[in-house]
Amino acid sequence: MLTVKTGKLKMTGAKAWSRALWLCILAAPIAVAELRIEISQGIDQAVPIAVVPFAWEGSGAAPFDVAGLVSSDLARSGRFRPLAPESMLAQPTRGRDVDFGDWRIMGVEVVIVGRLIATAPDSYTIQFQVFDVFRGEQLLGYRQPATRAQLRGASHLVADMIYQELTGVPGIFSTRIAYITVNGQPPRQTNRLVVADADGANARTLVESDEPLMSPAWSPDGRKIAYVSFEHKHASIYVQTLRSGTRQRVSSRPGVNGAPAWSPDGRFLALTLSKADGNLDIYTLNLSNQVLKRLTEGASIDTEPDWSNDGKHIYFTSDRAGRPQVYRLPATGGRAERVSFEGPYNARPRISPDGEAIAVVHNDRGNYRIAVVDPEHGYTQVLTEGALDESPSFAPNGETLIYATRHGERGVLATVTTDGRIHQRISSVDGDVREPAWSPYRRH
Amino acid sequence: MVGTKIVGIAALLIILAGCGGTAGTAVGDGPGAAPGVAGGASASGLDDGGFAAGGAFEEDYGQTAGGAALDNRVIYFGYDDADVDAASLEMLEAHGAYLAENVGTAVRLEGHADERGSREYNIGLGERRVQAVRQILLLQGVTGTQISSVSYGEERPAVLGSDEEAWSLNRRVELIYAD
Repeated sequence: MLTVKTGKLKMTGAKAWSRALWLCILAAPIAVAELRIEISQGIDQAVPIAVVPFAWEGSGAAPFDVAGLVSSDLARSGRFRPLAPESMLAQPTRGRDVDFGDWRIMGVEVVIVGRLIATAPDSYTIQFQVFDVFRGEQLLGYRQPATRAQLRGASHLVADMIYQELTGVPGIFSTRIAYITVNGQPPRQTNRLVVADADGANARTLVESDEPLMSPAWSPDGRKIAYVSFEHKHASIYVQTLRSGTRQRVSSRPGVNGAPAWSPDGRFLALTLSKADGNLDIYTLNLSNQVLKRLTEGASIDTEPDWSNDGKHIYFTSDRAGRPQVYRLPATGGRAERVSFEGPYNARPRISPDGEAIAVVHNDRGNYRIAVVDPEHGYTQVLTEGALDESPSFAPNGETLIYATRHGERGVLATVTTDGRIHQRISSVDGDVREPAWSPYRRH
Repeated sequence: MVGTKIVGIAALLIILAGCGGTAGTAVGDGPGAAPGVAGGASASGLDDGGFAAGGAFEEDYGQTAGGAALDNRVIYFGYDDADVDAASLEMLEAHGAYLAENVGTAVRLEGHADERGSREYNIGLGERRVQAVRQILLLQGVTGTQISSVSYGEERPAVLGSDEEAWSLNRRVELIYAD
């Protein structure tokens, strides 16, 4: 199910070709500074809930605060307002001990109670129940097994299940986020590709280089990340397996090698090449036989491909009409049709999981902001308020977008729900954070 | 850009002046050229075999003008475009002539964009600027194998900041000669 890496640090250093450069590919990634996520704008109607501290049935101290993590996950969503444990009139840990009258007095609408049980050496069960206070009935009861190392991940899964029960939408607390961090200035600059849990915890560096890293893209199974590295002082695309840290250079042709995007079946990468003529075009690369197929032609900049969810179309940015706009063409090649029409600049399309919205970087009266475009009608809705917002990426449940923005001079991440109502700011300790990519759901 | 050029020429003048006080006065508009001044002791030395030195200076000066153009190694661009303006074209032609004459010399073109907009599109803008510069060099007779290039997009700004001035300094192609 969930795996938390505990292996020894293994660094595959740069080879002879890069005396002046350094690069680390981290097989068992090292911990780096974590991100801190806070709600900067929520909704007034956040549902009052109570996640009662779980009982611990085992010897010694409880190995993990399951209720604390579930409570902070649900709070971070912006849709729930958990009651502080010290304000609770009682702290039941079994359904039969819940007095609905107590919770009604407190104005709590949903109560979650549970227990963490040691079942064998390094074997635990998280048992929990969710109650509708006003109806006085159980909505959900579940037992989730976990090893000690899996307790954090399993607690996120519990939060996912509760979120889905209460909202009808799958939770994303057990997903992850990849992003790029940059510290310092060239020639002494540290660029990192980092993967962290969706709550910012467990941040681990996958690659470290003194040259730029760009455009991380998750494989559909969540096991690999494609990215662009300038480690040879030239752009190349790599595919790196998260668990082993091994990687493969899949494209290092003359000129631009950029913007990798996985097909939904994981067999192809769409990418951007300029080759010798310097003209950026979209290609697909068959990862099993390396066959390259060119999809666009002409002097325009064609880049930033993304696949439709059925794999039949590729959306991309093109300035063929003068300024960058979003277009779509069949993934097997063919005529491109324009998709975005509002405003002078719509770039870097990302298709929502339900296919009904395209997130873009949109020039809104001189400010670069995240917007969603309706692919059928071209209608555009601006979601953010920054001046230099970029790199939108959908959460796999389609409810939220993560993107890069500025806080003062620094690059930071932020999220916004696709209805524009809930905003989160994600702060980091130092340096710039950019190019977030939300993982798919974990496969269990 | 202009400032760099002036500084470059001035620096060369100082160096040449240092090579022989004679040359400096030969230019004729320094106070040392005025007869009867106390410092004229050196001026008189100048009149003897000084003329040959003065001639050499003239030639050096001619090379210096070209050298200053070659010292200028950054071409700047407008927002979302890759047009090379007349001044930059002149500068690139000097580089092109130099490279065409020195076929063993290699140059690397690094293309850049300002921070606005999406990153991979900006890689495209940097590449388009690189190609514009490359074409000019090729027209000057530079061979393709002398030129390598990369587009860094917005990843390697020359100047930090989020205003028009910083952006205009970051939309650029840098010519980097191999050592």
